[in-house]
Amino acid sequence: MSLLEIRNATLKFGGVVAVNDLSFSVEEGEVYAIVGPNGAGKSTVFNLISRFYEPFAGSFQFDGGNLLDCKADEVADLGIARTFQNIELFDHATVLQNLLVGRHRHRKSNLVEELFFAPRVRREEHAHREAVEEVIDFLDLQPYRDKMIAGLPYGVRKVVELGRALASGPRLLLLDEPASGLSVEETQDMRWWIDDIRKQMGITVLMVEHDMGLVSSVSDRVLALADGAKLAEGTPAEVQSNPAVIEAYLGAGAA
Amino acid sequence: MRIHFKTSYEHDIRLFPDRWSFGVYAALLILAVLLPFLIGEFYLGEVTNVLIWAIAGLGLMLLTGQTGQASLGHAAFLAVGCYANTILIEQGVPFIIAFPLAGVITGLVGVVIAIPVLRLHGIYLAIATIALSILADDIIVLLEPWTGGVSGKFPEVINIFGFEIERWTMPTRFYYLVLVVTVVCTLFYRNLLRSPLGRAFAAVRDSEVSATAMGVHIARTKGTAFGLSCMITGWAGALMGYYAGTFNNETFSLVISITLLMMIVIGGLGSIHGAFFGAVVVAFLPQALSIGKDLFIGGSVAIPGLETGVFGLILILFILFEPMGIYGRWMKIRIWFELFPFARKDMFKRQKSYLKTERLR
Amino acid sequence: MTLRNSSTPAKLTLGRKLLSRIDRKKTYSLVCFSSAVTKTPSLKKGACGSRRAAREEIGQDTARPGWREDNLDVLQLLVSGLANGCVYGLIALGFVLIYKATEAVNFAQGDFMMLGAFITLGLTNAHHMGLPFWVAAPLAIGIMALLGYLLDFFVLRHLFGQSQTAVVILTIALGFVIRFVAGVIWGHEPQTLESPLALGDIKMGGVVLGMADVAVIVVTVLLTLFLYQFFQRTKLGLAMQAASQNQMAAYYMGVPVKRVQGMIWGLAGAVAAVAGILFASKGAIDPNAGLLGIKAFAAAVIGGFGSLPGALAGGLIVGVIEPFAARYLAAGYSQIAPYALLLAVLIFRPHGLFSQVRVKKV
Repeated sequence: MSLLEIRNATLKFGGVVAVNDLSFSVEEGEVYAIVGPNGAGKSTVFNLISRFYEPFAGSFQFDGGNLLDCKADEVADLGIARTFQNIELFDHATVLQNLLVGRHRHRKSNLVEELFFAPRVRREEHAHREAVEEVIDFLDLQPYRDKMIAGLPYGVRKVVELGRALASGPRLLLLDEPASGLSVEETQDMRWWIDDIRKQMGITVLMVEHDMGLVSSVSDRVLALADGAKLAEGTPAEVQSNPAVIEAYLGAGAA
Repeated sequence: MRIHFKTSYEHDIRLFPDRWSFGVYAALLILAVLLPFLIGEFYLGEVTNVLIWAIAGLGLMLLTGQTGQASLGHAAFLAVGCYANTILIEQGVPFIIAFPLAGVITGLVGVVIAIPVLRLHGIYLAIATIALSILADDIIVLLEPWTGGVSGKFPEVINIFGFEIERWTMPTRFYYLVLVVTVVCTLFYRNLLRSPLGRAFAAVRDSEVSATAMGVHIARTKGTAFGLSCMITGWAGALMGYYAGTFNNETFSLVISITLLMMIVIGGLGSIHGAFFGAVVVAFLPQALSIGKDLFIGGSVAIPGLETGVFGLILILFILFEPMGIYGRWMKIRIWFELFPFARKDMFKRQKSYLKTERLR
Repeated sequence: MTLRNSSTPAKLTLGRKLLSRIDRKKTYSLVCFSSAVTKTPSLKKGACGSRRAAREEIGQDTARPGWREDNLDVLQLLVSGLANGCVYGLIALGFVLIYKATEAVNFAQGDFMMLGAFITLGLTNAHHMGLPFWVAAPLAIGIMALLGYLLDFFVLRHLFGQSQTAVVILTIALGFVIRFVAGVIWGHEPQTLESPLALGDIKMGGVVLGMADVAVIVVTVLLTLFLYQFFQRTKLGLAMQAASQNQMAAYYMGVPVKRVQGMIWGLAGAVAAVAGILFASKGAIDPNAGLLGIKAFAAAVIGGFGSLPGALAGGLIVGVIEPFAARYLAAGYSQIAPYALLLAVLIFRPHGLFSQVRVKKV
């Protein structure tokens, strides 16, 4: 059974069809990439999975359960973490605090315990910090641990956002354009991290990306979208050579 | 310059980052305890006033500085706390139970109000809370059988197991009571900051979208923040009632709400220090102005609106030139001294920030 | 100097006088903030007779048991409500203009109105400068427009990138400062504008209508038509519309967005001045009249914060509700009515009665 299975998903904004009868499934342990021209509905698919948008029709299954039964804030509890296209970090907090928010779904203490900082809260804080330090080591974020997000360069913020998603200990990681705006070296780092996330941590990755170099080097399967509908699906090489995909990207007659 | 070498997670978790800061705050607390022996009754009364304002400031800071929800209606919750406490005691509940309970009641009232109101964003929230503040006045009048309406109420002498506390005749005892409440509220605030809920507050403040994606329930978190904020504000309100000696529907007016918000902005949003700095300004500004008036104009001339006018002007200058408030300025001066003589002029240059539009389109 | 502990209620009220009102036990004022304005109608001199003064007190006096006067009938309530509503609506219009263009909310708009009224009064009234009204009014409108522009230029432009809350707090503080300055210059005694709009009353089959009220309604209608034409026809108006709908796109299309925003602040200042002149023609004005702005807020929210016609409509709704609530509701409840409506709208239709909800894009 697939980890994430989407069938006949449809979403309209007013008269505009953003996602049109889209079906695909992501297997456990793979890196699955969604590509497509601007406005193809890639981020919309993410927002559907995050439950920010309510689909008009379609079924969303995650690990055998119905994703549509969850509210947006319950999705994280299932083990789905995500990053955003335009970085959405907590700007007036440190890197460490940002990563710790990623641990929020593991919070067990209640309000009263926290007001008095009961021993249990302290114990849990230790556990959270241990988990976060692992992520910091993995992503080489040590120099920035206590820095405010507001003062960090773009590339680092991108990594912090990835770290925050990882800190939640997800089973499925949604990466919305992880390499956009990054330099060649930073993109290279991102490639290795995505590889390690899959191989070492065993986390399934679903990503939206424009950089075909990155897509073809890390992903097992690729889905090409145009106007909210499936254009092609297969290995990176298959999709890249698909005439429909080339036409969607370069326009009619270019081929 | 002090450098923290962190060797365990406790370094981040414990209340004071190092011995030095522990020493500073311990000395401050000792000073506070010894204060009645050092200064006269008049100034002790003023310090008590500062502390009460600081408690109210902490309450609003939790909501505005920490969770990012501006409330222009917190005077209403001062009123709820004050009336709840007084009415409970009139019903025969001992102070030691009535006072904490008054805070809890205020918190619950806050949560009930928060549920519809906190769905609103930015200015809508500000306007709704203004309306709340105005309505509170009228509601107190309508509930005359309980609240005494326009003629108001007089809080009874506090009695803790036979130990009496009265604001005018025993200012030292009242000061200690306020000090205890201040320390407890500050500790609550600090504890929240270092636990998951406090971080969730900051997450809601900075990005609701990603907070949701991280599993933070926005409405519940805002409601909790509002409730906690109201609880602390309620305690401050109860103490204000005692401090004033009498109160009615006009005591907790919209101007108090606005003053409270201005106070924490001047003090420095998002920091505990800010609540205290702001409280000092609010409590001593009228005194300073009256001294200034004596010097330059002559004491007998009354200038209506002078205090609010000057207060407004100070606030405008702060927002324009030091948006981080007194606390921000304080940090800069401290860092300048710590680095002396290596501080550079452009070190504190403001980070370029971009307008995050709140408008929905 | 007297050393006295600043007792909490007396002192912490930093200017509680602002909100002072007549003793509630005797008369329930219409709404707390207007009391400062409405309680001194008898100062109105000349053209406005005692009947007018009585009508001014509708809010207070209808609540007084046993007080009835035959000619106080629905039409009269409606006209005076509409006239008040026009003033609210014009202030609300200022809020919305600025909000649409800059996403800032000018909580001092009510104080702008007061300032506009006082500038006109200072230029016109005999014991001040004594200029003819028709010279003074345009001059005051011009001064207010300039003030609005300068405020944007020197203060608000520097807040770019700071949160909305910062702007909200700043404008509230500005309101305090304006109120203080106006008090220092013109004093705190309520004054009446020697305005040609204060025409006295006319009697129509038993119904007494204040001509000032009618004049206010007429002027508001004219101003609305003028603004409509301005936004639809003129280049500047279109630029303002463009800048408020999409700053970035407008900028790329060659609209000098920053300057246009300054002009919108100027326009808001001018509209506030008109509202002030109308308000001061209807009754006495003092520095606390600016607190009326809060009711205009209610109006703006009820109308939906993003819509200009909505703001006017909201103003009319609030204006009309007030006298009717005072007439038909029990004493303690009547002054709550506008705010209760405001809260109800916020809770059930947060984006106002006249606008549609949109979803934020992630």
